[in-house]
Amino acid sequence: MSTATEQKPLVALDGLSKTFDLSPPLLNRLIERKGRRSLRAVDGLNIDIPRGKTFALVGESGCGKSTVAKLVVGLHGASAGKITFDGTDLTKLAAADRGAFRKRIQMIFQDPYASLNPRWRVRDIIAEPLRSFGITSSKAEERAEVGRLLELVGLSARDGEKFPHEFSGGQRQRISIARAISSKPEFLVCDEPTSALDVSVQSQVLNLMRDLQDELGLTYLFISHDLAVVDFMSDYVGVMYLGRLVEAGPAERIFSAPEHPYTRLLMDTVPDITMGRRNRAPVIGEVPNPITPPPGCSFNPRCPLANDRCRAQAPEARKRAGGSIVACHAVEEGRDTPETVACETGEGARMQLARGAA
Amino acid sequence: MSTTTFPNAPLLSVRDLSICFDTRHGPLRAVDGITFDLAPGEILGMVGESGAGKSLTGTAITGLLERPGRIDRGEILFEGKRIDTLSPDEMRRLRGRRIGAIFQDPLTSLNPLMTVGQQLVQTIRTHLPKSKEAARARAIECLAEVGIPAPEARIDQYPHQFSGGMRQRVVIALALCAEPSLVIADEPTTALDVSIQAQILDLLKKMCRERGAAVILVTHDMGVIAETADRVAVMYSGRVVEIGSVDRVVRDPRHPYTKGLMQSIPRVGSGVQRLTQIDGAMPRLTDLPSGCAFHPRCPRAFDTCQQTRPAALPVEGGHVACHLYQEEPA
Repeated sequence: MSTATEQKPLVALDGLSKTFDLSPPLLNRLIERKGRRSLRAVDGLNIDIPRGKTFALVGESGCGKSTVAKLVVGLHGASAGKITFDGTDLTKLAAADRGAFRKRIQMIFQDPYASLNPRWRVRDIIAEPLRSFGITSSKAEERAEVGRLLELVGLSARDGEKFPHEFSGGQRQRISIARAISSKPEFLVCDEPTSALDVSVQSQVLNLMRDLQDELGLTYLFISHDLAVVDFMSDYVGVMYLGRLVEAGPAERIFSAPEHPYTRLLMDTVPDITMGRRNRAPVIGEVPNPITPPPGCSFNPRCPLANDRCRAQAPEARKRAGGSIVACHAVEEGRDTPETVACETGEGARMQLARGAA
Repeated sequence: MSTTTFPNAPLLSVRDLSICFDTRHGPLRAVDGITFDLAPGEILGMVGESGAGKSLTGTAITGLLERPGRIDRGEILFEGKRIDTLSPDEMRRLRGRRIGAIFQDPLTSLNPLMTVGQQLVQTIRTHLPKSKEAARARAIECLAEVGIPAPEARIDQYPHQFSGGMRQRVVIALALCAEPSLVIADEPTTALDVSIQAQILDLLKKMCRERGAAVILVTHDMGVIAETADRVAVMYSGRVVEIGSVDRVVRDPRHPYTKGLMQSIPRVGSGVQRLTQIDGAMPRLTDLPSGCAFHPRCPRAFDTCQQTRPAALPVEGGHVACHLYQEEPA
């Protein structure tokens, strides 16, 4: 692989948006004079994912992170914007031409109980992509490949004869991973792959995913609400709030010096076993209804730094000195002084506060 | 912090409690001989993986265990009296009045066909001798206490009109409106987002401290326990493998399972390249291993572990059930 292709991102999302139409049926609109209603689940997302790296999207439920996953694998059609995969815009592609890309983009789902067909043997589940993409030519070859995949994810080749219900949650997620990598994809979209698992099993699956990335050179779009998991897995992090990217950049930067007030809030609320009982600044408010987002910056009702400008004008994403991108008026204007952000956050944020004070 | 030196008698005392399920293939023991005390006003965390028996223990204490599950050994003493042998009627009077319960999913633990106010008034009037008007006034007070804005207006709304976090606040108000001295909170924040989780945990702690209510906090999230509880009981395969002050268990876990559990939790800013993992998975109830249930996964298992079940040995303000500590000089 030449350095030129390494520098060009494998996946680039460019102004990606998805709007869901929630309007009442036509007749109701005419008779009851109800207007059209829509929900902007994803709003102008710009993300580059370099080959062989992991980009993590974090945010709370309803922020649109799973919609992004579905857009990227083609389960939803984009309303606007581009999804460029290895130089090709997937949104412009005719359905017939998508097949070639399906093979190269695979997905791992959250719930290993719902994503495996309970009536199929594991060997058939894993062999399905092999058959539909015509990767193996004979039964014997298929069997050998399934065995190899099962061993690759830490199961034994004999497990192929069993049904999904004979496995624990962690083992099922290994089966999902084996199925996802069976077509030798370059890009895996992982939507909360470990949030249904217990911690001791979660660490097994996360380690496996990192090992596979090193061995197979996979690129991940990793979606999670768990910041500790994201910190472990990712090279780049994007923080989403109500469909927009509020902060994105290299993982070490986001975790050591979060800038957007929402990112800091998230960092502050992660329960940590080593910190004991902290006195946290109370986090106020909840995520607003995405159908009727507040005007201006959508985070303004919960933001300790909000002023009139934040309530009127949505902030643009701006490049920051540390290599990250932040969409916040307060950060841009330098209003985010340590005194105004009176919350004791994690280790990283403390460094940030110290840096700000210096 | 020493929690074993409470001068008061324990509020709740669980002695050798076992819960079994009768199935066609014979009885399955889901909780196997667990023993612990809870002091008044104390917050005890119960942590473990799915299927460890932590929720079932809470269910047994609230008397909501359903067939085919049954308590087949041991006893539960509440304020010095046995409650596991009470009739369903007597138990119902106790539950809600003296023992409150908060469950994981706030949407299913509220009645969707009744307004929040009706549910609160009903609960208050079931347990306290109050007129309709007084109960309603108390209900509004309760909602205000759990931080619901404009309680006078919201009391007449239905559960679906509340957000997830607000709903869980209503559930907490319901659990605490009769001023119980014990609250069983089963995964109270698992269905909520992290920023809301912090709010709810703070609220639960504050409410219980103000009323002097003791809490059993059942969760799979060690972080939640570390920030909320005084003591923690770590469960594995229906048994308590380690119990002690949260401080000690987090700082110096003794049982190999607790150690593995602590190390496998990813942490922000740890910078590790690999997470510590406990290989394998928790055994199914149908094929529990002999001796210590953890021995097939235990990095330090030896012969005795396969043969005999370890007894609970006292360690620094708690207990640990592990043969490794058997020969330590007392």
